[in-house]
Amino acid sequence: MNAWLSQHAQAFRGALRKLAMQRASSLLNVLVIGIALALPAGGYVLLVNLQGVAARFSLEPQMSIFLDAGAKPADREALEKALRTDARVGSFRFVSKEAALAELNKTEGIAEVAAALGQNPLPDSLVARLRENLPPELDALAADLRKRPGVGHVQADSGWARRLAALIEIGRMTVAFVGLLLSTGMIAVTFNTIRLQVLMQREEIEVAKLLGASDSFVRRPFYYVGALQGLAGGGVGLAILAGGLALLNRGVLALSETYGSTFELSFLAPGDALAVAAFASVLGWLGAYLSVSIYLRGIEPSYSP
Amino acid sequence: MIRFSNASKRYPGGQEALSNVSFTIEAGELVFLTGRSGAGKSTLFKLIPVIERATSGSVIVNGQNVSAIKPAAVPFLRRNLGLVFQDQKLLYDRSVFDNVLLPLSFSGFTPREAARRARAALDKVGLSAREKLNPIQLSGGEQQRVAIARAVANRPSVLIADEPTANLDADSAEAILQIFLSFQQVGVTVLIATHDLALIGRSGKRVLKLEQGRLVEGGDPA
Repeated sequence: MNAWLSQHAQAFRGALRKLAMQRASSLLNVLVIGIALALPAGGYVLLVNLQGVAARFSLEPQMSIFLDAGAKPADREALEKALRTDARVGSFRFVSKEAALAELNKTEGIAEVAAALGQNPLPDSLVARLRENLPPELDALAADLRKRPGVGHVQADSGWARRLAALIEIGRMTVAFVGLLLSTGMIAVTFNTIRLQVLMQREEIEVAKLLGASDSFVRRPFYYVGALQGLAGGGVGLAILAGGLALLNRGVLALSETYGSTFELSFLAPGDALAVAAFASVLGWLGAYLSVSIYLRGIEPSYSP
Repeated sequence: MIRFSNASKRYPGGQEALSNVSFTIEAGELVFLTGRSGAGKSTLFKLIPVIERATSGSVIVNGQNVSAIKPAAVPFLRRNLGLVFQDQKLLYDRSVFDNVLLPLSFSGFTPREAARRARAALDKVGLSAREKLNPIQLSGGEQQRVAIARAVANRPSVLIADEPTANLDADSAEAILQIFLSFQQVGVTVLIATHDLALIGRSGKRVLKLEQGRLVEGGDPA
């Protein structure tokens, strides 16, 4: 155990030495990895924030049926009966105009406006949850309901929420795709760094193997180089992301203030940030592993005096 | 102990570098291996640390048939051998001390113990005062002594050297020979490949002579 630990400590020191030997290119690599990481991580942060916004609105298909101000109780009863028997409707509830106003008053910034109006401008309404989610079905149902007496206006209000959900899905796919591409790039960066180091240290590797160094002894420092470079790149990526968000938030805050809100983009959760750094480290290790597996295999010590 | 039994080595391409070589070097013995260039000295040398493998026959080192050893076991074999190469194979990007430390760094010693052994090895070859220099700053004889210190740092029971006195003046060569003799005196088995006949003559030790891949002197009776 002690020997094992000291071998790893030694490999770690060896890796630091290798990194220090090429300080400029190591720093550049770290920067490249950081930037490559900041892009998908930034996209992910935006998505998480956007999803938070979207989650405040119901994504279930829902239809609001507003009654005419002059609708008779009989019209409402007939309408409720029709909804109860319609297979397309899951459930519904009646929202009186007083309840609607009370609910509206809970929304930031609206209470003052409503109070200024003096009287309640809202109609009675029925809110129905639908079984079907397909636009043609929704449109057909809305058209049926519109014809009924006492119905003023019918609104299928899930449309924009579904559009938002679809947009978020597209965003998610884009982030995943960009993330995949840039991860490959990060592996390639480390792969090439290690390839050059292996070629440069060919003599040392040959001598070490001639004197009895095992394969794992020779490989280990390179793994550490890859993992350390990735980890440092992960740190830089997170720093870029934090800086970028701070910059963006100035604008976002100014915008949300005009809506009477204090919404701003939040940074990754601590667990997610750790995962990003760990992921970068793993990619670095992987790049080193692939490179070492390919280029060290060719180095068997030869001796021809 | 080193024992070759009918060992042959044929390189790809058909040229046979060693043919049916049989000899025994007892533990604690010092033996010279001689012959012209191309007679097979280097090939024989390379079979012991498995830089090459015998095509037929066996090569036994300390009771182990190394010509049939698994690749994964080769590093452990090499750690128990002291190897001195004709071109020394020192690393010029580090100090004399770090060169000697290299084989100790992967043999499971604590850093303190490794440093102690490296100093002891440099002391034995009389280079304690030069450990901080780069090998490039040393003379040829001194560089050869660094290579010997590196070879014996692990305290191997077998020490093999390929032309350790090539390109050295007579005094330096003599100093190198004395170092090898001192290792033999403490029980190390030593094999020195050389064509320096003066060196061999002064030592009075047993000689193995190769000619065109065949052992013509000093071998086991057929």
